[in-house]
Amino acid sequence: MSKNRIQLMLCGGTGCHSTGSKKFEKALQQELEAKGLAEEIKIVETGCNGFCAVGPVMLVQPEGIFYQKLKVEDVPYLVEEHFLKGRPVKKFFFVEQKNKATIPHMNDIPFFSNQVYRAMRNKGVIDPEVIDEYIAREGYFGAAKALNEMTPEQVVEQIKISQLRGRGGAGFPTGMKWAFAAASPGEEKYVLCNADEGDPGAFMDRSILESDPHAVLEGMIIAARAINARQGYIYCRTEYQLAIRRLDIAIRQAKEYGLLGENILGSGFSFNIDIYQGAGAFVCGEETALMRSIEGKRGMPRPRPPFPAHKGLWDKPTILNNVETLANIPQIIIKGGAWYASIGTEKSKGTKVFALSGDVNNIGLVEVPMGLPIRKLIYDIGGGIPGGKKFKAVQLGGPSGGCIPEHKLDTPIDYEEITKVGAIMGSGGAIVMDENTCMVDMARFFMDFIQDESCGKCTPCREGTRRMLELLEKICHGEGQDGDIQSLEALAEVIGQSALCGLGQTAANPVLSTLRFFREEYETHIKEKVCPAKRCVALLKFEVNPEMCKKCGLCFKACPSEAIAWKKKEVAVIDKSKCVKCMSCFDKCKFDAIF
Amino acid sequence: MLSPEEIQEIQTALAHCESNFAAGLDALKIVQRRRGWISDETLQEVARFLEMTPAELDSVATFYSLIFRRQVGRHVILLCDSVSCWVMGYESLFEALKKRLGIGFGQTSADGRFTLLPHPCLGACERAPVMMIDDELYGPIEEEMIEKILARYE
Repeated sequence: MSKNRIQLMLCGGTGCHSTGSKKFEKALQQELEAKGLAEEIKIVETGCNGFCAVGPVMLVQPEGIFYQKLKVEDVPYLVEEHFLKGRPVKKFFFVEQKNKATIPHMNDIPFFSNQVYRAMRNKGVIDPEVIDEYIAREGYFGAAKALNEMTPEQVVEQIKISQLRGRGGAGFPTGMKWAFAAASPGEEKYVLCNADEGDPGAFMDRSILESDPHAVLEGMIIAARAINARQGYIYCRTEYQLAIRRLDIAIRQAKEYGLLGENILGSGFSFNIDIYQGAGAFVCGEETALMRSIEGKRGMPRPRPPFPAHKGLWDKPTILNNVETLANIPQIIIKGGAWYASIGTEKSKGTKVFALSGDVNNIGLVEVPMGLPIRKLIYDIGGGIPGGKKFKAVQLGGPSGGCIPEHKLDTPIDYEEITKVGAIMGSGGAIVMDENTCMVDMARFFMDFIQDESCGKCTPCREGTRRMLELLEKICHGEGQDGDIQSLEALAEVIGQSALCGLGQTAANPVLSTLRFFREEYETHIKEKVCPAKRCVALLKFEVNPEMCKKCGLCFKACPSEAIAWKKKEVAVIDKSKCVKCMSCFDKCKFDAIF
Repeated sequence: MLSPEEIQEIQTALAHCESNFAAGLDALKIVQRRRGWISDETLQEVARFLEMTPAELDSVATFYSLIFRRQVGRHVILLCDSVSCWVMGYESLFEALKKRLGIGFGQTSADGRFTLLPHPCLGACERAPVMMIDDELYGPIEEEMIEKILARYE
């Protein structure tokens, strides 16, 4: 790839960008030049490494040393020690939470060592803006094989054997989808990539596009070959500017190399890809809405059938696959469907990418084999809950999904098993919540989101979720009544049965799943007018329990409105006339003494 | 009147689209980038250029939350109000922004500098709580950082 003695793979993902990786890169480059090392040491800005919790991060290749939390002021010391004297710098190594041990090599850090990289196999390893680096890692080998050595039927067959299922959420078998579109009569067909990632808590697709855009293009070329399409579109949300920029570069380079355009690799097959940017509409991630949006209409879903495989974009046969699904395709073609299906559970094969966020130590992107218990995802890879707090639930699948409580944490990652416990695999957002989260308030929050994002076309979703939100707001404000839970359940059932699209049909899931596992929390809100997690402001008294108060004064110091009176060795007292109910004292009190 | 630069950009977008309709959203964005928002007059100009009726184009413009059919401030703050950000302190960030700017969601500050809008998931949960000003993403944001961030925008 390069004649450099050392390559510094500096993460250039959105997460690291916002913690100053750009400034660090500039300082590092200057320092390398000043020390005469610029010839032999090259900085490569990679896509998202995944370990966003400790950014900016940098991998030193070929040694495999991993540095975290780098700052501009560290540059001279780092260059002097490691790159001039050959002594890796311990103070930038990863430190394990449990025993405070430092781990120098990336592959030994539990966050990485428990993962299996397939869709993300190039993340942090290649420069996403240089096509040669992708090609050096078997890039476009799959496309070449599909175009020159395989028939379209053979391509579809391998995808069927792999048992790959759609990674966007619903988990429909990809091979079957392709087979339907391939069998649909018609000269003009389309391959679409859904990069309109909008589920709260999901950022997998963005990271894949930022770190390995060519893998997605290659997946689309193979899909086009399978169904004989000549045009593809990537529908990407406009908020993902870095991803769009890298896709743009990737498409341009692929064209220059003859990998997109007319007569690809001399195969006689032609295919083009254009990017279409959304403009802030969550519902456009739904397949029929997405197609409407590309056609230039309001992005509203339409009933199915007809399914897109028969009548999709401009009523032509169309396949729509999510970013992660497509990123898996090239390796399946190179290594065969059976290779892909060799890991996983009976019905869920391969790996799944998750975006860990919320109350978890290692926030970031992870890829794990199917079948792994969710507990391992959160504790071994995610590093558990910060601040010694207790785990309460993990929300999977965004607004269509549900919460998994502590006693169901041994559920394996598997489409059917996760559905059984009332959540869905979803696109991969995993929001971890600790004991301080109120589940009723969380359900209210999701319903608020759905209300905002409902496109308004069908009544059950537009009006039904509004009624549910009103009920939830009532409960959180301490005005809940007997029968509210039953009303919520009745509304949820009707919406689930009668909404037009998948988003509407699943809109009530956050409520149903919290009712299933945290029903007593709803009841306590309604009957006792108490919020057990102490989050619903209207249900809090803002008083100090003298028996639990340790007289430490932390609440006094945190109060922005001077409503708390406290002296050393005395119990704090809150003056309600001055209190603005900002919750600062609740957040600061370590002894649960405020109620 | 559309400027020559606007026309040229819209024509480039048209070359990638299979119909004038399909270029509608792109055209609105191109014009909005220069003018800040889409006034009735602007909408009519774009519609005329694309040979659509203003109503047809407006049906698209009003569907997408990032096409502004009302005047916005010189900079638009998109505050992520998704669940990941909520878990990580979105509510107190919102309160702080409201207090600092003297406006709520959908409003523009008196000096015309900022418009504050909620935005469901910016897809940057690893940095929660986050907000985006124009095209720049900020996070994780703590209250004391707000002043410094806002100072970057005239």
